[in-house]
Amino acid sequence: MTSASPVAPGRAGGPAVPSASRNVGFGHLLLAEWTKIRSVRSTIWSLILLVVVTLGFTGLFTWLTVLQWSKSDPTQRAQIVADPVSTILGSGLFLGQLTICVLGVLVIASEYSTGVIRASLLAVPRRIPMLIAKAVVFAALVLVVGECVTFASFFIGQPILHSHAPVSLGDPGVSRAVWGAGLFLAVLGLFAMSIGAIIRHTAGAITGVIAFVLVLAPLTQLIPGKIGKYVHGYLPTEAGHLIGQAHQQANQVLSPWAGFGVFCLWTAVLFGIAIWLLVRRDA
Amino acid sequence: MIEARDLTKRYGDKLAVDHLSFTVEPGRVTGFLGPNGAGKSTTMRLILGLDRPQAGSATINGKRYVDLKQPLRTVGALLEAKAMHTGRSAYNHLLFLAQTQGLPRSRVDDVLAMVGLQEVAHKRTGGFSLGMSQRVGIAVAMLGDPEIFVLDEPVNGLDPEGILWIRNLMKALAAEGRTVFVSSHLMNEMAVTADHLIVIGRGKLIAESSTQEFIERSSEKSVLVRSPDAARLADLIAAEGGKATAEEAANGRAETLSVRGLDAPRIGEIAAAQQIVLHELTPQLASLEEAYMELTADSVEYVVPGPHGRAEAGAAAAEPTGITAPGRTE
Repeated sequence: MTSASPVAPGRAGGPAVPSASRNVGFGHLLLAEWTKIRSVRSTIWSLILLVVVTLGFTGLFTWLTVLQWSKSDPTQRAQIVADPVSTILGSGLFLGQLTICVLGVLVIASEYSTGVIRASLLAVPRRIPMLIAKAVVFAALVLVVGECVTFASFFIGQPILHSHAPVSLGDPGVSRAVWGAGLFLAVLGLFAMSIGAIIRHTAGAITGVIAFVLVLAPLTQLIPGKIGKYVHGYLPTEAGHLIGQAHQQANQVLSPWAGFGVFCLWTAVLFGIAIWLLVRRDA
Repeated sequence: MIEARDLTKRYGDKLAVDHLSFTVEPGRVTGFLGPNGAGKSTTMRLILGLDRPQAGSATINGKRYVDLKQPLRTVGALLEAKAMHTGRSAYNHLLFLAQTQGLPRSRVDDVLAMVGLQEVAHKRTGGFSLGMSQRVGIAVAMLGDPEIFVLDEPVNGLDPEGILWIRNLMKALAAEGRTVFVSSHLMNEMAVTADHLIVIGRGKLIAESSTQEFIERSSEKSVLVRSPDAARLADLIAAEGGKATAEEAANGRAETLSVRGLDAPRIGEIAAAQQIVLHELTPQLASLEEAYMELTADSVEYVVPGPHGRAEAGAAAAEPTGITAPGRTE
């Protein structure tokens, strides 16, 4: 600490700052958000966990399915044979998606818990470009990692399941389902980030998102009758999951793309609220 | 130049900043003084666009902070020192901020060198002491080489060497014609750093003047006189319009006077005319801290009842502070 000279020789502000890049554009903000995301370990750990959990459970669940094939319920078997890709992707991603929920909340809520948000907003006082840049960078990162994970997941599950429920990328709807599952993760990241930006408390937002995705949304299946079917069908993550299926099942109210669209709409609304609150609230 | 006009901020039913107006001029260090909870930090947050005022406005060179194109190149701010991600390195913290302004990576190295943190630049800031964090905060403020500095309690947590460093840095920045706006709750710190003072209490402006003026106005002048013939001198002083109070000397003999209303040369002349021997003749200035305490006594937010029912803060002021007001050293 003693190495600090009291005042730098010459100008107190140090060497003059080059003023070459007078035009600061959105690209600079993307770069800054990329620096933020890559420079904390929670990002690395969450993404490693996404890969390990998803691929691990894909292997485990598909293997267990095959192992208990003869003992399992015939309607369940018929379901798997009708849409093997949904079984493969669903088994690992159901748990793997939680890491994206956590990371999505963290990328924004940790700024509030650490106070970095003040530095961020002093640098980008208009605020909205900062959140949009963060959303773009984070979604792009999750998309890339997510696509790798979903394809890897497919290629792990496919050979395991092959003897009982053969499936290939060329089958109708299958490659869309695999691509789509990666897309789903990216939008899920934005969904969680928006909630993180609205709630601003890391623990609260993580609990909220996970409780919703893992417990509340699936529970609405228990609501009886047509109303229950629609309520459940239009809930954000339940609708979003449909993109990971090869085709619409009889008891579902939305097609894969329509479901994904509904999920995107939910996310857009939440993101809109997050932006509105970001501008309105004191930081 | 920073201008606050009628700035008002309310949190719930608590008025944090109450119709506050002032101007911070370039080329000098402007101290922003007030007891804890007086609204200093809130005012700074309003200036920097982090909080929105209910009424009034704050402008930087005539523009709102929000409207600045590359804000870090215009204003360098230090708010809370610990406002960093504990898992991120100081280098990366500065890097992302530099990137938002289109500043080159080399500038990050420059400011890290300026605050003496090159060696720990790539360590995670979670392990930093308050003093080191404060240095990172200063580096952030210097990043865009701005013409205006807004620093909230920058000497907090620094060792004496660090305090001296900040003090000299602020003076050097002001000497270059930059605007330096620095808050503190310590009068003595400001007395040796600031050229100009803005004092607030309970969100209201209490005083705004040059530091010298503030010292002169707030300090009650008196002269300490010691003489073996104190009683006779006291009568003569009274006859000349002064007011002499006998003070208990250590040996019990009342040979020490505290004189108000006459200056030291005049007292010397009176004594000489009557051939009274003087052992001591010393002009006194009340401690600056005392003057400040008195000024803000009514606006202290959190008071601890002292043994005599007075605020503990006031009682503490009576203790010798160890730092002499500039006037006393002459």
